[in-house]
Amino acid sequence: MTTEKITIEPVTRIEGHAKVTIHMNEEGNVDHAYFHVNEFRGFEKFCEGRMVFEMPQITPRICGICPVSHHLAAAKAGDIIMGVEPPPTANILRELMHMGQIIQSHGMHFFELAGPDLILGFDADPAIRNVVGLIGANPELTIRAIELRKFGQDIIYQVGGRRIHPNFAVPGGVNHAFTPEKRDHILSGIDEALETTQIGIQLIKDWADANIEDIEKFAVFHTGYFGLVTPENSLELYDGDIRLVDRDGSQLENFSAQNYLDIIAEHVEDWSYLKFPYYKKMGWPDGVYRVGPLGRLNIADKIGTPLAQEEFEVYHQINDGKPVNHTLYYHYARLIEILFAIERVRELLDEPELLGKDILNKKFGFKGEGVGVIEAPRGTLLHHYWAKPNGQLERVNLIVSTGHNNWAMSEAVDSVAKTYVKGPNVEEGMLNRVEAAIRAYDPCLSCSTHAIGQMPIKVDVIDASGQVIQTITRD
Amino acid sequence: MSKPTVASDWLCGCAGCHMSLLDIDERILQLVELVDLRATPITDLKEPDKEGVTVGILEGGINNTANEEVAKRMRERCKILVALGDCAVFGGVPAMRNFFGAESALKRAYIEAESNDTEGKIPSSPELAEMTRVHALHEVVPVDLFIPGCPPNADVIFYALSELAQGRIPEIKDDKLHWH
Repeated sequence: MTTEKITIEPVTRIEGHAKVTIHMNEEGNVDHAYFHVNEFRGFEKFCEGRMVFEMPQITPRICGICPVSHHLAAAKAGDIIMGVEPPPTANILRELMHMGQIIQSHGMHFFELAGPDLILGFDADPAIRNVVGLIGANPELTIRAIELRKFGQDIIYQVGGRRIHPNFAVPGGVNHAFTPEKRDHILSGIDEALETTQIGIQLIKDWADANIEDIEKFAVFHTGYFGLVTPENSLELYDGDIRLVDRDGSQLENFSAQNYLDIIAEHVEDWSYLKFPYYKKMGWPDGVYRVGPLGRLNIADKIGTPLAQEEFEVYHQINDGKPVNHTLYYHYARLIEILFAIERVRELLDEPELLGKDILNKKFGFKGEGVGVIEAPRGTLLHHYWAKPNGQLERVNLIVSTGHNNWAMSEAVDSVAKTYVKGPNVEEGMLNRVEAAIRAYDPCLSCSTHAIGQMPIKVDVIDASGQVIQTITRD
Repeated sequence: MSKPTVASDWLCGCAGCHMSLLDIDERILQLVELVDLRATPITDLKEPDKEGVTVGILEGGINNTANEEVAKRMRERCKILVALGDCAVFGGVPAMRNFFGAESALKRAYIEAESNDTEGKIPSSPELAEMTRVHALHEVVPVDLFIPGCPPNADVIFYALSELAQGRIPEIKDDKLHWH
């Protein structure tokens, strides 16, 4: 029986607004903990009636951390609706911009959002457990982290003219060509970015060695895994088919994003504005799966760039070749993806067609319906539009990266609360671990509720009659 | 003399204005010399200090009861309230919802969406905020400084914060009003 409730609000060092409620029983143990996503905006509704070519400008406003993902998913949906294949140069530039975003988003998350828990400790004073505290503890690393994020943001700027909410991709291609000066400018930052990422990888490996007991009891559970792959089942972030594997890594599906409605569905719970996608054939909740860095490395057989592949081989041995199901290894997987993204930047800058002037295909053949897909930093992003022949949208359906991880984050919150939160005197550090379970997934709640924006943490302790008897906020 | 304190939060926005704040890059080291960063989405304090802060910054408009509470608390606890970015200044892109109303947007997302299973319903737990019309910040609480932009440029944000830290109210006009 629930005797008290702890509320953590807001959950900090994540994007958006959430809160956690922890319901305690009479013995002072956790009965159940919930992860509530507490905001809804309604892009799917208010984009009705807009023109298809406006969507790459409107939908980035779903999320300022990964606007490039929405920008490109919207443009890709537009390509299909208008029945037009972008020229090779346009695809190179779009992917280049996307790699910039993976680098900045992952880099910021590891060093500036999650880093304080790992470097300063879960139990560090909350007043300094943040990026400013990191500046004090390790200024050299913090400056490197700032530079890594800047490197990624600058790629977006060089390609698309703005660091946040660029105006670049359009149905059929992109709106301006690249230059040798910009190429050389980006190339000059690659070595340092790789070095910083390798420092991060060493840091997480050392941390994992020292904290292996925690890793093995911190939200470890089975799910399926889901994301884009190349035709050879290599890691893919920009374009491809979607692969779904089961908890043991066996393939369940490999399908075109155009058919996603046949494969997955979304479940709604009363206590969250964030929906819960699942694999239809297995049903709710048996068909839940995870996306994002851990999900992507678990569906991939290999990575197509040398440094990332070398690290992937180490990752792959964590669970003897089976999917890695430890929530805290998301951090390691995220860093391996940064390595890949930086190496991919170098490959793309080396493409002979990078500087081509043929950047927009205008031979439209109207199709009317299309699904744009991309691997956003946090997982698979789907934009599905239905348009009238004049290009005006009639309906819009969005399934956003963080949503796919909703069941997993809820499970992680419940599991970590049960493992670490003990009454009657609940300590702040216990609650920070619950938040850290959410943080590992790097949720983007604005994205996921397109829809959501708020993920704060406040903990209320509620007695059996429903009275709040204790509220813990980190204040 | 103690440093001026700054708290911030995001409401009905996209986090892009806070990202643009981080786009000041290494100048963040100068900023933390000038001001003491208190409760923000990237630090672990949960709300602005009860004793008050010098500058409160809010990104995003107000589209539900939780946003409204956060805005009012920030107003009560800060000397100077800054509306950062288009959503806070005039409602921005999310205010397009006002053409349809919150109810029809909720119905579209949780009941009608093609990917929903047959058990779609509008979430309604008492733990969740209630949706309202989308408002600009100044429609709900008095605002002292408006910084428009989607997002405002990092240089403009740095300029504004540096001025505020030194006790001056910056003027956001002319070259400070550019969109890139």
